[in-house]
Amino acid sequence: MIRETWLNAATLTLLVAVPAWALVVDEPFTITLATRAVIFAIAAVGLNIALGLGGLVSLGHAAFFGIGGYAMGILAHHAQTYVPLEIGPLTLAGTKSMPVIWLTAMVTSGLAALLIGMLSLRTAGVYFIMITLAFGQMFYFFAISWPAYGGEDGLSIYVRNGFPGLNTLVPIQFYGLCLGVLLLVLGGMFLLARSPFGLALNAARQAPGRVETVGLNGQRVKLVAFVISGVITGLAGALFADLNRFVAPTMFSWQMSGELIIFIILGGTARLFGPVIGACVFVLLEHLLGGLSEFWLVYLGALLLIVVLFARGGIVGLLSGRRAVHD
Amino acid sequence: MSAILIIEQVLNGLQFGVMLFLMAAGLTLIFGVMGLINLAHGSLYMVGAFAAAAVAGVTGSFVLALAAAMGAAAIAGVLVETLVIRRLYRADHLDQVLATFALILIFSEGTRWAFGSFPLFLDTPSWASGPVTLPGGIEYPKYRLMLIGVGLAVAAGLGLLITRTRIGIQIRAGENDREMIAALGVDISRLYTLVFALGAALAGLAGALVGAIQSVQVGMGEPVLILAFVVIVIGGIGSIKGALIGAILVGLTDTLGGIFLPEVFKLFMAPAGATATGSALASMAIYILMGAVLIWRPTGLFGARP
Repeated sequence: MIRETWLNAATLTLLVAVPAWALVVDEPFTITLATRAVIFAIAAVGLNIALGLGGLVSLGHAAFFGIGGYAMGILAHHAQTYVPLEIGPLTLAGTKSMPVIWLTAMVTSGLAALLIGMLSLRTAGVYFIMITLAFGQMFYFFAISWPAYGGEDGLSIYVRNGFPGLNTLVPIQFYGLCLGVLLLVLGGMFLLARSPFGLALNAARQAPGRVETVGLNGQRVKLVAFVISGVITGLAGALFADLNRFVAPTMFSWQMSGELIIFIILGGTARLFGPVIGACVFVLLEHLLGGLSEFWLVYLGALLLIVVLFARGGIVGLLSGRRAVHD
Repeated sequence: MSAILIIEQVLNGLQFGVMLFLMAAGLTLIFGVMGLINLAHGSLYMVGAFAAAAVAGVTGSFVLALAAAMGAAAIAGVLVETLVIRRLYRADHLDQVLATFALILIFSEGTRWAFGSFPLFLDTPSWASGPVTLPGGIEYPKYRLMLIGVGLAVAAGLGLLITRTRIGIQIRAGENDREMIAALGVDISRLYTLVFALGAALAGLAGALVGAIQSVQVGMGEPVLILAFVVIVIGGIGSIKGALIGAILVGLTDTLGGIFLPEVFKLFMAPAGATATGSALASMAIYILMGAVLIWRPTGLFGARP
């Protein structure tokens, strides 16, 4: 087994062992931290499909994270106030059921990703970065200026939504649910990267001209990847909102998009577990450095500069002794 | 809706637009010449505003404050360029995004550490406060009118610099072919530092000028940075003319949209709903404009055709 596989196995073990230990010694806060890390990891794995496999540097993925969050917020808000949701002639009841919320989050963020992707993919490179950033910001300002769902103050949901067969109010059960979603997403990512579609996506990143010559529509492959990526990030957004029982426009903020990229780079681009390790390390740093100093982001900034300038390939690259999978 | 109100709002939009131009011009030059996407440009804007507020607080002179803003931002720019950015020219855009994002974190938290989290205030100078009466009897703040003048003057000066001077020739040559002008004996790394310092000084100037009508606080640079990106995408990367026209378009769309869209919706909706829908749509107006330009011309109004 190569060292990267060992590293992945160790990460999985820790993801199970640390919350189990926290359960035994009764440290619910550690479980909450772990849940936060796992949800960030889901979002980052989603982004990694576009960024790592497709080479699409999206600085606007907070849009999908936020849409997922608001899908949860809006549905649960209507359920807890017993006011049906009216969209034109349609009247829908709110819901407190996670599967329904997840499906809504995934469909709406997928539609948004399709629209943003169709426009943004008309360009490439630095234009793509700026445009995704701008569209992300559009959703941020829309959420702030739309008063129906709390505007700038956001929406509070009093009780966490339910999942059939589980008591999501118990931290470890909600953690298990999130970990299950992460494992499913990772499994999907593993299969996707090896599927004909994944190979075409890889090729479209490395040699777009040749892909066209072979008769594949590289742009369409990238668009599909962008939509899948948005769908997964949206699902993570719904989970994140459920973790906090709160949604606010900050979920749409461009810093959120930046952090999602940080998870990937910190861990290692286009590696299966890169975003997972990156997200865990980020949450750990946030907790440890944040406790030491109010200005912990300075240290994070310095660390990032070091990773970018000197440690290409991130933590996985450093520990597994292999250089970046690709540039 | 009177003609006076419309003219006032057009002037406001113009003022917002020329300030965006000061930011966008630096960004577009830096991208055009060095091929670098600089997210930390908003931090230089903030550095300018804080330097101006600090110097104005000590000396009481607005002109000195502006000079300090440009100086401090240029120095910060040169430092950042030589220590960090220089290593990124050959790196891919992802690394540039990440490294300059890291710089934002360092700048923002460093400023918060030095100046605290509370906003500072920079007063408009006494010689430029109060209204002036325009032809047609329109009262308009003298300071905002001055901002429009300064912005247009900088645009003209920048145009002359690019088209008429030796440095301008080198900058244009650098945009076309970096290797070639290095081979022709131009000290390319000095040119890069110079362009970066010029862009930084413009950002610092914008920060100080806008800081006098808004508050000076940590995080003030990033919203402007993102709007400047929208400007560049609309105008075309690398084009100063595109940056100017894009900036004025964005400034006018944002200002007029915020005022008139709620009014337009009131024509066929209940007033409360119209205000909500109108202002929500107005907050998205410039991005819709950007999307429309992209569908029409993917490389922007004045961008190079691929």
